[in-house]
Amino acid sequence: MSEFRNPEQGWRVFRQRAVVAAVFVVACLALLMWRLYHLQVVQHDYFHSRAEGNRIAVLPVPPNRGTIYDRHGEELARNYSAWTVEINPAQVRNIDRTLDALAEVLPFDERDRRRFRRQLLESKYFDSVPVRTHLDDEEVARVAARLYRLPGVEVRARLYRNYPHGETAAHVIGYIGQINDRDVQRIEASGDLANYRGSEYIGKSGLELRYERELHGTTGVEQVEINAAGRAVRLLSRTPAVNGSDLELTLDLGLQRAAEAALGNRRGAVVAIEPATGGILALASMPSFDPNLFIDGISTTDWRALSDSPDHPLLNRAIYSAYPPGSTFKPFMALAGLGTGKRTLTQRFDNQGVFTFYGQRMLDRKSKCQNGVDLHTSLVHSCNTYYYELANELGIQTIADFMAPFGFGRRTGVDIPGEAAGVLPSPQWKRERFSKREHQQWYGGETISVGIGQGYNAFTPLQLAHALTILLNDGEVRPPHLVRRIVDGQNGRILDAAPLPRTPVPLDPRHTEAVRKAMVDVTKVGTARAVFADAGYDAGGKTGTAQVFSLRGQKYVEEHVAERLRDHSWFIGFAPAERPTIAVAVLVENGGFGSQSAAPVARKVFDYHLLGRKVATQAGETDAQLAEELEQ
Amino acid sequence: MSGQFHPLTLLRNLLRPLDPALLAILALLFAYGWVLMTSASPERLPTLRMHMMIAVGVMWIVAAIPVQRLLSLAAPLYLGGVVLLVGVLLFGEISKGAQRWLDLGIVRLQPSEFMKIATPLMLAWYFHVRDGVTSWHDYVVAAVLLAIPLGLIVVQPDLGTSLLVAAAGLFVIFFAGLSWKLIVPVFTVAVVGIVLLVGFGDQLCQPDVDWHLLREYQKQRVCTLLDPNQDPLGRGFHTIQSTIAIGSGGLWGKGWMDGTQTHLAFIPERHTDFIFAVLAEEFGLIGALVLLGLYLLLILRGLRIAARAPMPGARLLAGAVTMIVFTYAFVNIGMVSGILPVVGVPLPFLSYGGTALVTLCIGMGMLMSVARSRRTPKD
Repeated sequence: MSEFRNPEQGWRVFRQRAVVAAVFVVACLALLMWRLYHLQVVQHDYFHSRAEGNRIAVLPVPPNRGTIYDRHGEELARNYSAWTVEINPAQVRNIDRTLDALAEVLPFDERDRRRFRRQLLESKYFDSVPVRTHLDDEEVARVAARLYRLPGVEVRARLYRNYPHGETAAHVIGYIGQINDRDVQRIEASGDLANYRGSEYIGKSGLELRYERELHGTTGVEQVEINAAGRAVRLLSRTPAVNGSDLELTLDLGLQRAAEAALGNRRGAVVAIEPATGGILALASMPSFDPNLFIDGISTTDWRALSDSPDHPLLNRAIYSAYPPGSTFKPFMALAGLGTGKRTLTQRFDNQGVFTFYGQRMLDRKSKCQNGVDLHTSLVHSCNTYYYELANELGIQTIADFMAPFGFGRRTGVDIPGEAAGVLPSPQWKRERFSKREHQQWYGGETISVGIGQGYNAFTPLQLAHALTILLNDGEVRPPHLVRRIVDGQNGRILDAAPLPRTPVPLDPRHTEAVRKAMVDVTKVGTARAVFADAGYDAGGKTGTAQVFSLRGQKYVEEHVAERLRDHSWFIGFAPAERPTIAVAVLVENGGFGSQSAAPVARKVFDYHLLGRKVATQAGETDAQLAEELEQ
Repeated sequence: MSGQFHPLTLLRNLLRPLDPALLAILALLFAYGWVLMTSASPERLPTLRMHMMIAVGVMWIVAAIPVQRLLSLAAPLYLGGVVLLVGVLLFGEISKGAQRWLDLGIVRLQPSEFMKIATPLMLAWYFHVRDGVTSWHDYVVAAVLLAIPLGLIVVQPDLGTSLLVAAAGLFVIFFAGLSWKLIVPVFTVAVVGIVLLVGFGDQLCQPDVDWHLLREYQKQRVCTLLDPNQDPLGRGFHTIQSTIAIGSGGLWGKGWMDGTQTHLAFIPERHTDFIFAVLAEEFGLIGALVLLGLYLLLILRGLRIAARAPMPGARLLAGAVTMIVFTYAFVNIGMVSGILPVVGVPLPFLSYGGTALVTLCIGMGMLMSVARSRRTPKD
């Protein structure tokens, strides 16, 4: 049905509709205004921070790790720059395709790929991740020439850690390695996690671990403006990284080398301390290992070789291996006798080299130990009966009380981790050590064993060397340490890191003087005379032998005992005799008598320290002759 | 007649077709667009200047054509447009997954853009011819006239343009006096549909749900609108980043050339469809209100011109053209501020793009032509 409308009517309808349209328009624009008001006023703060978050990325600037120097400024741990090829994930759409394209230019293996994947997961979106490290010049050139076809791939120089002397002092310096989950938990617990943003490595052992805080430095922060493609376009602010502090050690690299060379391929340890300061001049443990292997994750083959070796090269024998000190304990026993008044310097004993204990006779076959044995003679010739009797008179508790201030049976607190406490036996110790009642009882026979340094007591080479410095210092206690100065990475300020002296041990200087004199005679007329013949300087010392295997009354004949069951060889000594500048403790595992293996090592160390490198080599040549002399 | 050689008289004669109020509003919009483009994409300014000059020239020419003449051109233009659309369907170039362009050797044309004006013009002419004897079957004819180009554009596919063409046609039918009995139910159904879509968006946007009438990417656009955070780096990125830009602009904005979202390229298509985000970021709510105010003035002026036009066809044409501008503005700003889905609709007079600018200015020229018909009634 059609309807008729005149033009006026159509006009009226249109005007009406135009008003409706205008109202609709206003309503819609009001809706938009409400929306804009909501976004720009009500939610402005939220969107403002969203926009800031969009445009600002906070990038860590990792600091350079501190260098470790020996006492003469030789670098022991350093950084060097190496080329790496890296991928910036923010600029790459398909990581796998990029990796494949890169592999055509620069071969890398599955291990590199796995490591890259792992680091990619841990890395921040805007930071590039290395695919392969340590590119040589030819490889750099090859990649650089094709970079235009590999968007997101870049060649960069990064700093890497290196231990230039390899196995030398490896146990002291330790090593760094890639940060793992355990490290993350540790640094999170210490509240340092933020400082490790951007760090790839952390100290794992030795000084690298102990001085991690100082060596690492403070991570800087860069605030950069980034665009939608994730590329940094402008630096907004920068807090520079504070480089790690340098460590200056008391260690003498040359002496360390000499000590390690002197041990050779035997298992053992040398600790050399400067008595006046407690500064450790050498701390050798053989066999050693190459710390460089650990930095980027040790390979399975290398790890097996180290961990499965019966020689345990990773073990730091100098601070961890605790053995009965043998006769090297006698100088301290002598001090105990003098200090407690049980012995005087002039007292002589004519026991015919026999000590009877509950009907059991113990003999000393050495002719010098039979008649007129005074304290001096007992040390020079290492007379056991003298110390059996002394120990019996003193009793175990007195011995333990006297020895404790020397640091026996307690960690010295040296500034590398992994120190063993050792054992200074006492009735209380035995009660705590053993669970069965019948084992907890202390027997008098055990006391006399302790008197000659056998039995339960077990000390580390470091403890013996440290105790010796107390003796040399007339009771002054200088805690042993490796780091003497820390050079601040930011302002170069030098911090004296040597620990403060501890409470002195009350010793009569006349007593220590007498013991030292006897120890000097050990090298002149006593058990070590052959080793120190023609030394060109006066030295003092004391040999020792730690029983590994009880022969139950049989005579100990070296050739009949398997190498691993042979006694450990000890030597403690100092030089020069007057105002000694070096005190050493030498342990040679399964080395037999102290004069046989350990004392010659000490001789070489002294030679190097007092006479220099050249003489040390000559001494090495005469070593064989000395050993022959001893055989005869 | 002697005055026509006087420069001032010549200028007056030249300007005579142009409506001064509309011209002033357009000048302000052009200026605003220039300022924004300087920030968003300064390297495009020379091209923009050319676009503007061409658009103003075309507007002036259209404005100079009497409205009866324009109406008489409706049928040929409409038929030509439909032929071109069929041509696109058969021979068109495929760009970004859609077949929209027709290469005629000399110029590359986007006929669907042209139909935004040709369709309402055709409908206006039809109702003009049927004036006084309009019956219900005229609305059916009008619906068919609208459906033909619409269908051809939908299959390209081009959701944005088809929506605009549909809106333009529907506005003509609305102004022509379609019964409220039809309008109210349809409007209600649409509103309810939108409410349901928002309410049940989660279920509808499951990947295995097939929306029969829309393509997958169109479904995704709607779903992205419902929850942009579902895919923040993919489909939702545009909306999220533009709302961040708008919201972070605050009341007064970050200042000209200081929009971080703009200058760090977080805003996608910042010189074309998303230029409103640039405006809102750098000039804040105040700057946005100024723009909305300019649009409102333009629309009210357009409706006023339409309401005063003596001829039915002129009224319908003017009303539809005005409402096209409104639809552009509303859909674009709604999309950029995250209340409408992302469809390719430019911000009128501000978005970069020659075809859209020329189309809009043809519309403005028609408005001016209608305005002049009131001032100089000849029949």
